[in-house]
Amino acid sequence: MHTRTLAQLSADLRARRVSATELTKHFLDRIARHDATLNAFITVTSEQALAAAAAADKRLGRGDATPLTGLPIAHKDIFCTAGVKTSCASKMLDNFVAPYDATIVERLQNAGVVMLGKTNMDEFAMGSSNETSFYGPVKNPWDHALVPGGSSGGSAAAVAARIAPAATGTDTGGSIRQPAALTGITGIKPTYGRVSRYGMIAFASSLDQAGVLTQTAEDAALLLEAMAGFDERDSTSLDDAVPNYSKLVNEPWERVTIGVPESFFDAGLEADNAKALRVALKELEKLGATLKPIELPHIHLSVPAYYVVAPAEASSNLSRFDGVRFGYRSAAKADDLLSFYMRNRGEGFGPEVKRRILTGAYVLSAGYFDAYYLQAQKVRKLVSDDFTRAFREVDFVAGPTTPAPAFGLGQKTGDPIQMYLNDIYTIGANLAGLPAMSLPCGVVRGLPVGLQLVAPPLHEAQLLKTGHYFQRVTDWHQRVPANYA
Amino acid sequence: MTWETVIGLEIHAQLATASKIFSGASTKYGAAPNTQASLVDLGYPGVLPVLNGDAVRMAVKFGLATHCKIAQRSIFARKNYFYPDLPKGYQISQYELPIVHGGHVDVQLPDGSTRHVNIVRAHLEEDAGKSLHEDFAGMSGIDLNRAGTGLLEIVSAPDMRSAQEAGAYMRKIHALVRYLEICDGNLQEGSFRCDANVSVRRVGDTKLGTRTELKNLNSFRFVEKAIEIERDRQIELIEGGGKVTQETRLFDPDREETRPMRSKEEANDYRYFPDPDLLPIAVDDALIERVRATLPELPDAKRERFTNAYSLSAYDADVLTVDKRLADYFEAVVKATKAAPKIAANWVMGELTGALNRTNVDIDASRVSAATLAALLDKIEAGTISGKIAKEVFEAVWNGEGSVDAVIEKRGLVQISDTGAIDKLVAEVIAANAAQVEQFRAGKQQVLGFLVGQVMKMSKGKANPQQVNEALRKQLGA
Repeated sequence: MHTRTLAQLSADLRARRVSATELTKHFLDRIARHDATLNAFITVTSEQALAAAAAADKRLGRGDATPLTGLPIAHKDIFCTAGVKTSCASKMLDNFVAPYDATIVERLQNAGVVMLGKTNMDEFAMGSSNETSFYGPVKNPWDHALVPGGSSGGSAAAVAARIAPAATGTDTGGSIRQPAALTGITGIKPTYGRVSRYGMIAFASSLDQAGVLTQTAEDAALLLEAMAGFDERDSTSLDDAVPNYSKLVNEPWERVTIGVPESFFDAGLEADNAKALRVALKELEKLGATLKPIELPHIHLSVPAYYVVAPAEASSNLSRFDGVRFGYRSAAKADDLLSFYMRNRGEGFGPEVKRRILTGAYVLSAGYFDAYYLQAQKVRKLVSDDFTRAFREVDFVAGPTTPAPAFGLGQKTGDPIQMYLNDIYTIGANLAGLPAMSLPCGVVRGLPVGLQLVAPPLHEAQLLKTGHYFQRVTDWHQRVPANYA
Repeated sequence: MTWETVIGLEIHAQLATASKIFSGASTKYGAAPNTQASLVDLGYPGVLPVLNGDAVRMAVKFGLATHCKIAQRSIFARKNYFYPDLPKGYQISQYELPIVHGGHVDVQLPDGSTRHVNIVRAHLEEDAGKSLHEDFAGMSGIDLNRAGTGLLEIVSAPDMRSAQEAGAYMRKIHALVRYLEICDGNLQEGSFRCDANVSVRRVGDTKLGTRTELKNLNSFRFVEKAIEIERDRQIELIEGGGKVTQETRLFDPDREETRPMRSKEEANDYRYFPDPDLLPIAVDDALIERVRATLPELPDAKRERFTNAYSLSAYDADVLTVDKRLADYFEAVVKATKAAPKIAANWVMGELTGALNRTNVDIDASRVSAATLAALLDKIEAGTISGKIAKEVFEAVWNGEGSVDAVIEKRGLVQISDTGAIDKLVAEVIAANAAQVEQFRAGKQQVLGFLVGQVMKMSKGKANPQQVNEALRKQLGA
């Protein structure tokens, strides 16, 4: 049952082959069995899940169910969930119970989705390996000595290990796509503004976007169409009608042109990874896609630009965590206001978060603002213009999601630059606000790797459809790690 | 050596929107602490600001009334600093591109001259909460009811040259924002606050001196007082061979001094950057025209009209037009009475304003309506009561004793105009004051006034003074 996709389970529920309660119990059992090893969950909400499943069964019985009613999923612990701890994997919020639901949580709940729990992640979504979590690292289900990627590492591991059929995630510089690639699942980051950010704890507001991690593109379509859409509580959400993604992915194939930046295949990309990618691109060609070499002349500047803009925004976004109104407050008695702040924040935040707050405060400081922040914004525009130019000729830009398959726990924690370079292929889409998806496309040294497709703004339907067609002719997405089959 | 003072003001006007600038919480003053703060105002994780359109319209209204340019596109920026009453650790404000810039007001001064004051900019921002340092035994209390209330910060150019000019400018802006109904102007409640930038230079110098910024000026009087004190301090400092340090200073009205704020409180690098949670504010011509259509007659135009249409002095017109509601009251009286506008003006500025101030009642809640005052003035005009008696009637009506007619009736205040009755009173007074009558006859004219007074006294003020005068002269053969 656990290897079935959301789409299949949806059909099972409607045909009453299985009840929402049975399904929920099944996954709660799997979490109980495997999560001590994986550490994919920070909080498992068994009671609420069973109550929601019972309600879903009633709804299914009444006949007013949606395609999502009764489907269990997990939420990344960055989304506020009313009455449930929402920690952002930080000591700072270890005691924080959100008083409200994030818009996407509310929308999925209204559709009848059953929340299994809240997944582990890098602290405040800052990291590419899930090793910065206050709750400890998440293990990659393919090899427990390896990282699952990050920051949505818990969501990725949960779906890859089939202890949750699907999970939500957030992606600021690759935080959905990179862990999806490293765990052999499908991950999509929609267009900036497509999904409301209300209730999603902000890391870098101009880059953050919520999305999903699923087994298939078809599943992603199903979830995304319930999450997406304008939200008056988020001024940056887009006021465009949401297409019927799950229907559109099954429409007839249209010829597409796929741009392939040759620079993506340079020395930075592991050779076997490149090979797998070429094979995957051939598959797309066989489907009728035209491959076209393109150039993104400024893409190599994405990582430095990102590591100015994102920390700048983060340094300000994280100022509210001061121990005054909620969250961690040091037990030590403060002598004055400054020491009160320093203790609360010094003890509440982990080292990577502190590194980014310091970097961000630095690049926004008088005397450095122009040289760093403004310069980075200019680079961001150049990167964005590169994509705009490319999309005059091609429908998608394809490339690797990561430079190599999953790396070892602790392997890169001592070298932030090496860690940051993991996002070299994914950051461009965030800087440009574009929808992007990672699809499992091969195996290197026994480990999954991903193919990334980037599309023009609001072309999620085309992206999902291409993913769906690709997954009709490939089976990488169906492979399950041995221990979890 | 003569010195010139150079002053620029930064005025914070709390916008009279029903809800806060970025949340739906109420802006009503005086609620129990922390009962009017939503999750957005509390800076909870995950919440986002949504701009209140009324705040934008109010800023545009101010811009139009002060000949400013309205930016088609302006942006919000974050001003980052830590303080417990600033929940997010940053204030959403406007920095590089304010919504309104480059305008002016002409300020009338007591000597009849006018000072042209340029308005550099006016921008939208959110207010912080309040820190309460008393009443918590060594701890501080935080009230976030005010956090997120919309503010318009109005920045003048350093165009004022004396404390009086600064006070007049502040009053001018105060009257304006109330006319525009974009701020209730309540200084006690902090709805209208002011900081002053003050420097001095030798007369004739063109270069500005080093300025200090004065905080905590929450009344017109304090602004003037603080500037004078600071001016004197700076002059004394320079004349003694010292130099003014650019710094922020607090005005202490009790000790009548300004003193530097601790450097920690001001040595902030605010790390401004555009707020990524908010879209640029877009103001198109259609919006500007819609707002323009809601502009009331502004104080300058009204004052001009009052001097022309009602033949009032510049002073009277000024006093009457400071508050739009006072001006409206005055016009309602003028429309309803047969008395001259000047008479109506005297009553509105005198008895009415006096009663309002004395009882601390708002003009909207005046116990004597414009129609009632008009009726009272008509009684004087018709000779039914004297001006003096009218004041007594006004008091009685104010105190709730009934209508004008009812009070006059009840107290028997109708003026005595009957010639026979007056002649009788006059005869009695002449008989009773032989010595004074003698003096008058000997040529001491001023004694007549005394005799009139005696008659009025006997009549309990009800005799028509004009007739008493005539009767006295007649009976004394003068």
